[in-house]
Amino acid sequence: MVEQEGIQRYVAHAILWFGIAIVAFPVYLAIVASTQENAVIANGQMSLLPGGHFLQTYYQTIFVGTSGSTREPVGTMLLNSLVMALLIAFGKIAISIISAYAIVYFRFPFRMAMFWLIFITLMLPVEVRIYPTYKIVADLHLLDSYAGLALPLIASATATLLFRQFFMTVPDELLEASRIDGAGPFRFFWDTLLPLSRTNMAALFVILFILGWNQYLWPLLITTRDDMQTIQIGIRKMITTTDALTEWPVVMATAVLAMLPPVFVVVVMQKLFVRGLVETEK
Amino acid sequence: MQKQSVFQSKLLPYALVAPQLAIVLIFFYWPAAQAVVQSFLLQDAFGLSTSFVWFENYQDILSQPDYFAAIVRTFVFSFAIAFSSLSSALLLAVMADKPLRGGTLYRTLLIWPYAVAPPVVGVLWVFMLHPSLGILARGLRGMGIDWNPLLDGNQAALLIILAAAWKQISYNFLFFLAGLQSIPKSVIEAAAIDGARPMRRFWTVTFPLLSPTIFFLLVINIVYAFFDTFGIIDTMTRGGPAKATETMVYKVYVDGLLGGNLGGSAAQSVILMVIVIGLTAIQFRFVERKVTY
Repeated sequence: MVEQEGIQRYVAHAILWFGIAIVAFPVYLAIVASTQENAVIANGQMSLLPGGHFLQTYYQTIFVGTSGSTREPVGTMLLNSLVMALLIAFGKIAISIISAYAIVYFRFPFRMAMFWLIFITLMLPVEVRIYPTYKIVADLHLLDSYAGLALPLIASATATLLFRQFFMTVPDELLEASRIDGAGPFRFFWDTLLPLSRTNMAALFVILFILGWNQYLWPLLITTRDDMQTIQIGIRKMITTTDALTEWPVVMATAVLAMLPPVFVVVVMQKLFVRGLVETEK
Repeated sequence: MQKQSVFQSKLLPYALVAPQLAIVLIFFYWPAAQAVVQSFLLQDAFGLSTSFVWFENYQDILSQPDYFAAIVRTFVFSFAIAFSSLSSALLLAVMADKPLRGGTLYRTLLIWPYAVAPPVVGVLWVFMLHPSLGILARGLRGMGIDWNPLLDGNQAALLIILAAAWKQISYNFLFFLAGLQSIPKSVIEAAAIDGARPMRRFWTVTFPLLSPTIFFLLVINIVYAFFDTFGIIDTMTRGGPAKATETMVYKVYVDGLLGGNLGGSAAQSVILMVIVIGLTAIQFRFVERKVTY
């Protein structure tokens, strides 16, 4: 062990706390602002300590929405975001695990061709095919629907690759043993492979949930109705171009609500999160 | 690599791959192919007829000063974001790697911004640095700086870079910490015994051993700056003022919204596609090497 001198330790602690302060300050400011009056904030007289409007602001934000226009209450947006994030996370895991199963545990013509077809989609993020994809979703009459929000995003090269790698490490003896017990492909998948994949699935779920919750460009394109907005879209529309009309406490409360679920997931399921992050980026 | 024992079935494997394959073909390959085809076509003003024009759309778009400026801007943003975020994350990771009390607490307190969505990051930073009501803007004005990112393009660009780098610190920190922890302590100790001071040990031993992680993160950060900054830009500046924060991705979006030039917009998409393919190829060549070590 290389010795740590006392002063160095203090420097390290100081730098880390400084870093934490920089990382936390914008969020602290949002929380504080969401408890103060709009007039005070708009005057540039905001205080750095919490105000007394916490309940009022959050009640208005979740159940009523901004007062100046006909926007939706943020409660609806939270629900839309939740549905989309869950559909994306579960959808990606479900279709990836069965395609990886087929590719690893069966021999069939074009097996590797299919693997590569799925794999190459890594290089086709939605940003490089914005409008043609929009047109297809419009032609399929999926605009302003949960299916339209989730379906085009649930293909996953990384998840397929991850499950494939994992299945390759599962010993062949397990398959032979369950065969002797008379299990077919469905039984083996359900009774043996799925239970073994639980940790991988959980780690992947954490990452994919955050990814789904934080989607922005795609929902921005395909939702036009206010009641289909996700929270990320809603918050953008709350910042009006004429500054005087922006209700900052409501905007900041929305920002806090938008951050809460994914940050909660990261902090509470930290082990799974770190594992998922490292594995999906390999 | 292949499994030795497998199931025998003619149809089942196709049925299992079918859902993912359908989505990939309908929502990935078909639109991507359309973008490529459209980039070679020219539509007349009324959309009545289209003709094949080879690379005319590309020549057109690449000769626009606006587009050229967007390319340069995107690269400047990418390197500025990558550099500032990587260097601060590395500093924090080196500190957190020391045997300190409360080490896991520090990690928790530093990684959560990963979960904050880009548009929310944009809103938070707009609020802090808003020229008339932002609390930091007040401080800047107090120091005599004429801070107004709504009018000053350079200040707006700085704002985007800071906000984007802020979000990426947590991600880089996590990977740097993992990289540092995988360096054998005996190597550092050997350098210490040879009399190298901590700074020297860092630059001659730790930093070179960390270079695979640095390279990996550099690629990831550039991809992030290219694509994930969209949400930040859209909530903070919407590409303005006077296009000072319009990146390549943002330009595709805005040009498409305005409608009109289908071929030009498709050509922009294809250029982005080529860039992603290049970056992914670099990333995979590197990963391959890491595996065969």
